[in-house]
Amino acid sequence: MPFSAQPPASGERYALSASLDNARHLSSLLRAVHFQDYATCLATASGLRVTVEDAKCIQANAFIQAEIFQEFSVQEESVMFRINLSVLLDCLTIFGTSSLPGTSTALRMCYHGYGYPLMLFLEEGGVVTVCKINTQEPDELLDFDFCSTKVVNKIILQSEGLREAFAELDMTSEVLQITMSPDKPYFRLSTFGNAGSAHLDYPRDSDLMEAFHCNQTQTNRYKISLLKPSTKALALSCKVSIRTDAQGFLSLQYMIRNEDGQICFVEYYCCPDENITEAEL
Amino acid sequence: MCEASVSQTAFCSGGRGAAMRFRAKIVDLACLNHFSRLINTIAKLAKTCILRLTVCKLYFILSDKVANGGASMWCELSQGNFFDEFQMEGVAAEHNEIYLELVPENLSRALKTSQSAKAVKIKLTNKHCPCLRVAVELEHPLFSLKPSLSSSSRIVTHDIPVGVIPRRMWNDFREPSVPDFDVSIYLPVLKTMKNVVERMKNLSNFIVIEANLSGEMNLKIETDLVSVTTHFKDLGNPPWASEDGCQSSAQGRDLESMTEACIDIKKLQQLLAAQQVNPTKALCNIVHKRIVHFILLHEEVSLQYFIPAIA
Repeated sequence: MPFSAQPPASGERYALSASLDNARHLSSLLRAVHFQDYATCLATASGLRVTVEDAKCIQANAFIQAEIFQEFSVQEESVMFRINLSVLLDCLTIFGTSSLPGTSTALRMCYHGYGYPLMLFLEEGGVVTVCKINTQEPDELLDFDFCSTKVVNKIILQSEGLREAFAELDMTSEVLQITMSPDKPYFRLSTFGNAGSAHLDYPRDSDLMEAFHCNQTQTNRYKISLLKPSTKALALSCKVSIRTDAQGFLSLQYMIRNEDGQICFVEYYCCPDENITEAEL
Repeated sequence: MCEASVSQTAFCSGGRGAAMRFRAKIVDLACLNHFSRLINTIAKLAKTCILRLTVCKLYFILSDKVANGGASMWCELSQGNFFDEFQMEGVAAEHNEIYLELVPENLSRALKTSQSAKAVKIKLTNKHCPCLRVAVELEHPLFSLKPSLSSSSRIVTHDIPVGVIPRRMWNDFREPSVPDFDVSIYLPVLKTMKNVVERMKNLSNFIVIEANLSGEMNLKIETDLVSVTTHFKDLGNPPWASEDGCQSSAQGRDLESMTEACIDIKKLQQLLAAQQVNPTKALCNIVHKRIVHFILLHEEVSLQYFIPAIA
């Protein structure tokens, strides 16, 4: 169906309608969770949450709160749809990824409701691009049931301390083992690869440690291939909080400051790898 | 070793006893860099192409064989704008031209070492098989130690195999005529066009270029998953002198109506990515649903590229 280059008047009733002066505020966050082609978008009055899952073991969420947008309106209580995230990112970055400082792509997003495509209107330097991306029925999402009352161990680290470690993780190791303890080694990352085991310890009094609340010694292993994509979120962030619950479920929360200094969050949840016995730990 | 697709005996049996000769030299560094950039562009557009040498000009020609995906190219430059010395003797007096088939990437590689060369000499040779011998004269590395040898240099030589195209096949490589187009329009800023086309290439194999006589151009892709349209305005339509009135079909025509062609997006992306410098003039002519004809002018070089529409 033909559509004009002009975005519809804001009087029209769209289930979701939003404007953003700098599309990078959205695209850079979405890239941090882009490890699968498809994502589920949930829009509420508080903002936009984009969820990506894999193997029923890992879930990543990018939160772009309503305040980041110049305009954000959701007609019903919530609007949810599944969309091809690779396509969405190609559209959001249609004018290229590296633009000159001072130039940015303006974005207008409209979603009519169930069964309709997501419409994007992007403008840079007087050139307008209109995108129409088909949406699908949203899948049921995993619920890690991770709330602050169930947290056993928690630390907050400055991201720069972890960046190199994560970028250089021994990918020949099947797992990443995380040890958190009130006693030594406090916080340890371990891999067991072809060349041998590697351990990286962070003492509790390290400059990088912003908060340290470990009540119990816990050692958990996670499939390294599932956690590796979180490196993208780590690269963008200034701080990361690492939490585990009694079952060993892992929550990584990344605090990301965008170009305008506004704060956004990306979180990763991961199930512990169950192919190991107590005896091995 | 020798990848000539045409029999090398054609080189020796000139037919009239006249031997083909070609030798040229570039000394000016700016000309050399300009020439290198041009060869890099040609190498990005064609795996193999024809180099036609005449007394005044050089041509790089890619004909529209199926192997090229139907795209064809005609690039023309005046030798006087690049070469300090240029001597050429064709197959015969009344056909004073040489047609060579070569792999431009080989020439590009040979010129890579010429970034700060003192001179580059190119010569047609036939030791074992026809070759273009490219000799790059560089500063001698010991120059600073022995000032008395300041004129000494080292020479890096590349022998690029070429195939000589016999006279009877020259008709295959005639200059394509400007098609009877429906719309002619200046291209938008190439960098923007390139960025957009590169993204669209991730989404679709085909792209529709449409334009009208009001300076508007749209690039469109459409698949099951997504449709994307980029709108360019105020591009301007080049004035073409109507020689016999055939181009004046513009008069009385609806200025807003779009002429379109659906083409292979890889070919368009290749053309845009090959441009190393912003052209002085860039425009395209579209024949509705038939062909898109690009003309890019870089000061002393004119490059024409034809991309046929997908049926």
